[in-house]
Amino acid sequence: MFHIYCPHCGEYREEEEFHAKGQAHIARPLDPEACSDKEWGEYLFFRKNPRGLHHELWVHAAGCRKFFNVTRDTQTYEIKEVYKIGEQPSFVTEE
Amino acid sequence: MSDNVVVEEKPVDTVAIMNQLPGADIVGQSPLHHAELDALSKKGVRKGGVHLRENKLQAHLTLRCNPNNTEQLAAVVRVLDVALPLQPLTSVEKGDVSIRWISPDEWLIVVPGEKAFEVETRFREEMEGHHSLVNSSGGSTILELSGDNVVDMLKKSTPIDLHPKEFPVGKVVSTVFAKSSAIIRRTGDKRFELVIRRSFADYIWLWIQDASREFGLVIEA
Ligand SMILES: [Zn+2]
Repeated sequence: MFHIYCPHCGEYREEEEFHAKGQAHIARPLDPEACSDKEWGEYLFFRKNPRGLHHELWVHAAGCRKFFNVTRDTQTYEIKEVYKIGEQPSFVTEE
Repeated sequence: MSDNVVVEEKPVDTVAIMNQLPGADIVGQSPLHHAELDALSKKGVRKGGVHLRENKLQAHLTLRCNPNNTEQLAAVVRVLDVALPLQPLTSVEKGDVSIRWISPDEWLIVVPGEKAFEVETRFREEMEGHHSLVNSSGGSTILELSGDNVVDMLKKSTPIDLHPKEFPVGKVVSTVFAKSSAIIRRTGDKRFELVIRRSFADYIWLWIQDASREFGLVIEA
């Protein structure tokens, strides 16, 4: 059993209820038409793939259906922290 | 910035609502109509560890609004005579109205089927601002499960911790149930309520029969 804390439900739930949604904190360019092809392509397609700490977006798919952020170690699978959208992580990832 | 034409958004002040009940002379059918639970309740076993009753043809209304908007919260009390449960994973019940917390800005309201249109109409009159009320009655049904082995049966079906310390009476969770999903609420020590999807109702009915086999399943009308 692998439990994940949902900050909206306020309790740990079985991993089966959640889905990972990829890298967190990806801001859409404010003025897409001013982007170069490289900038737009990187926004759309390029993602980090670190060995170690990673900020990720998760959704409580079978529960409250809300999104939230997770800082997770991709090497050990350990979840370091869970925080709501709009909040900042307290763990800093290596760039 | 772009040269795209921005269409001016006009506030919608009329919402199309209709009475989904065709009339007293047309009898509705629940998603488990074909299972003939009424007939089974008369000829089936009388003793068993799990009791099942379908609480069918209720009005299921999904309300989404702002939990920080005190005027919207007050409007709910005017319409339903009971306040929204704002604490996560809680529910309230008063008379024939029950409300389940689904998400920080979403609740499932259940009232008797014939009251759906009246409650919907009252919400349109009373509630202001950005909100949504959807009548999803036809999309789901309610199963009431009880008995000495009801927890044993549920443990086969969902990863939720059902220990009374973790799951007291009144708690409600949306979760996975078998290969489907359910909104599970504890309504008593050995009594639970499942809100399940219409298209999965037959599958869950078969699942519950199978999972209850070792305890004995009693169908109640
Ligand atoms: Zn949740």
